[in-house]
Amino acid sequence: MNALDLLLWVVAPYVALTVFVLGHVWRYRYDKFGWTTRSSQLYESRLLRIGSPMFHFGILVVILGHVGGLVIPKSWTEAVGVTESMYHVVAVVLGTIAGVCTLAGLAILIYRRRTVGPVFTATTRNDKLMYAVLALVIVLGLAATVAANVLGGGYDYRVTVSPWFRSVFALQPRAELMAGAPPLFQLHAFSALVLFAIWPFTRLVHMLTAPIGYLTRPYIVYRSREPVTRTPGWTPTTRR
Amino acid sequence: MKVMGQLAMVMNLDKCIGCHTCSVTCKQAWTNRAGTEYVWFNNVETRPGQGYPRTYQDQKKWQGGWELNSRGRLKLKAGGRLRKLLTIFANPLMPSIQDYYEPWTYDYDRLFSAPATEDTPVARPKSLISGEPTKITWSANWDDDLGGGPELTKADPVLRKVSDQVKLEFERAFMFYLPRICEHCLNPSCVASCPSGAMYKRSEDGIVLVDQDRCRGWRMCVTGCPYKKVYFNHRTGKAEKCTFCFPRVEVGIPTVCSETCVGRLRYIGLILYDADRVAEAARTPDEKDLYEAQKSVLLDPNDPEVIAGARASGIPEDWLEAARRSPIHQLIFEYGVALPLHPEYRTMPMVWYIPPLSPVVDVLSETGHDGEEAGNLFGAIESLRIPIGYLAELFTAGDPAPVRLVLRRLAAMRSYMRRLNLGQEPDESIAEAVGMTGAQIESMHRLLALAPYGERYVIPKAHAEQAADLEELATGCSLDYEGGPGMGGPFGEASGTPAPIAVENFHALRERQSGDELERSEDLRGRVNLLNWDGKGTPEGLFPRRDKEDQ
Repeated sequence: MNALDLLLWVVAPYVALTVFVLGHVWRYRYDKFGWTTRSSQLYESRLLRIGSPMFHFGILVVILGHVGGLVIPKSWTEAVGVTESMYHVVAVVLGTIAGVCTLAGLAILIYRRRTVGPVFTATTRNDKLMYAVLALVIVLGLAATVAANVLGGGYDYRVTVSPWFRSVFALQPRAELMAGAPPLFQLHAFSALVLFAIWPFTRLVHMLTAPIGYLTRPYIVYRSREPVTRTPGWTPTTRR
Repeated sequence: MKVMGQLAMVMNLDKCIGCHTCSVTCKQAWTNRAGTEYVWFNNVETRPGQGYPRTYQDQKKWQGGWELNSRGRLKLKAGGRLRKLLTIFANPLMPSIQDYYEPWTYDYDRLFSAPATEDTPVARPKSLISGEPTKITWSANWDDDLGGGPELTKADPVLRKVSDQVKLEFERAFMFYLPRICEHCLNPSCVASCPSGAMYKRSEDGIVLVDQDRCRGWRMCVTGCPYKKVYFNHRTGKAEKCTFCFPRVEVGIPTVCSETCVGRLRYIGLILYDADRVAEAARTPDEKDLYEAQKSVLLDPNDPEVIAGARASGIPEDWLEAARRSPIHQLIFEYGVALPLHPEYRTMPMVWYIPPLSPVVDVLSETGHDGEEAGNLFGAIESLRIPIGYLAELFTAGDPAPVRLVLRRLAAMRSYMRRLNLGQEPDESIAEAVGMTGAQIESMHRLLALAPYGERYVIPKAHAEQAADLEELATGCSLDYEGGPGMGGPFGEASGTPAPIAVENFHALRERQSGDELERSEDLRGRVNLLNWDGKGTPEGLFPRRDKEDQ
């Protein structure tokens, strides 16, 4: 393990995490007005209607898969009787389908963004950077899975990548685990760190305010003028 | 009983000449910005016509408002909470920009920059959405005054319901204008549709607003509103809607659309309602009973029990006084001539309309009869099925009886007042025929024809001690201007902190409007006026000079 590994798998994760958390706090406090999906459905909905659900539902399954693969230790799944081969089959099949859906959805969305005039006009440089990084992360992730576990002989990331992931959160980072992982997995992990670092400053922030509360809140929202607690900023003046 | 206050509006359609002044002044005040080019908080439609956006009243297509489920309970027509969240990535029921119109400007610069040639240079239309040259094929009032009819008029969803009787040939056509703003409903389906909980109804005055800091652009409110009066700002990615000009009404002056209406056909006032009974009334099984159900939710401000309830829920005394003097309450109850727009959407809309009698009078006069004689008018109202059926589809879910009564009352008023004007004896039997007294008819005539500013707009002020809180609430960004702090922050063109609405500016405006003196004419040259003022500071010439105060 050398200094580069330390930088990539110890320093970078903490920097990315810090920027992710503080960035969101900062953005929420100073830019609530900019905190939106910036939907472009008003301009075009034919392609969006195919691409957007494909991408979003795909990425939701991918996120669930990552929770299952990274957060839950191998020993736990084996304790309930899930063998490595069973896990492998489910993860590869589900992961590949969801990954392909996500990628295809993203491809449609990027195609739409580039070719539909009004949508392209409404695309900022910030968006373009975000799309590039997001696409890179997804392509690398899918490539790593396909190369190692579909075409290749199989790579059990649950003994290297996953423990490293958990070790970061346990504040006992084990960079040596990642240093030994195949390059595609390394690239995927690092590009994901970059994505997390730019996340709070892009339109991706809308994910953090996914409206789950809608399922439980009353339909009609009333809000009242609150009783005054501070001095008014102005005094009425009378002329004449 | 939970008594709450609601600012409501009544529009007298007989007086609307379709001049669109309300729309234009509203647009100048509120939606004169990039991203809201197609947004008309106030629009005036010709009926019959497709409306704005096109065929918005066709709820089979757009699924706005509420409906009853098999157990007789209210549900959002476009689907419940889970369905909303599942379709959040691409809302299948959202109108596209083409359903409104693609806003455009003209390439005026070409008129100056084109090289000298044989031909006169032309300013070509350019889309404000894509920036490309465009062909203008539709606009907000493409079918104004039955333009493009009868082909375009046929697509009117209301007309289709009464279709077979209707003659659209020009010699037999009828039309009237329908100005529309947000209905500020008692049971707003847009608020219920908002996944973020950013939309809310103000409990003091019932104004429905969008909290710009909490709106995330999920677009469900656009679908939820059956009147399609919530718009999506495509630059900021947030929903915007008519605010009932809350910064103005909070200081006691009417909305911009009312203030500038040349026909003086709008009335604003406070009404009290029982919030506990709204949902129950909206559940009324038969659509035709919804008009009466909606009336039953509104409370009599002179009833001691209501007054006690209002005091218990903290409504101030000056607001109760305003509710007692409310022209809205008089028009709905005492004279019974105001009807809600599309009660069948079950949202309990709070902008009411006095249906127009003019088409009937016109048709009658053309046949050579005396168009203002009571007997003739009553007979004509009965026999002219076209306007009544159409009006009933608009205002009473298809029940012609309430519309007929209103039209008969308006007709009676004409005949009764004509006798007085001609120096004849008042004929009490005309009033009795429509269930009124002569005195009532005279006071109704006063309110509809003569009432001055202070009687048409009875608007209680927001309490000044609360105003500092109010100015920071909700829609601050609506007064933002291009290049201002609300646009062009570090994260795309829509980020940054919105500028607050300064209530004191409206005080100054009010003083200027109600002042007796005109500004000196030399002050007027080259000054900033309300249309180009960005809301900040007090530019030279916009407000009266300070030194006057000292004199």
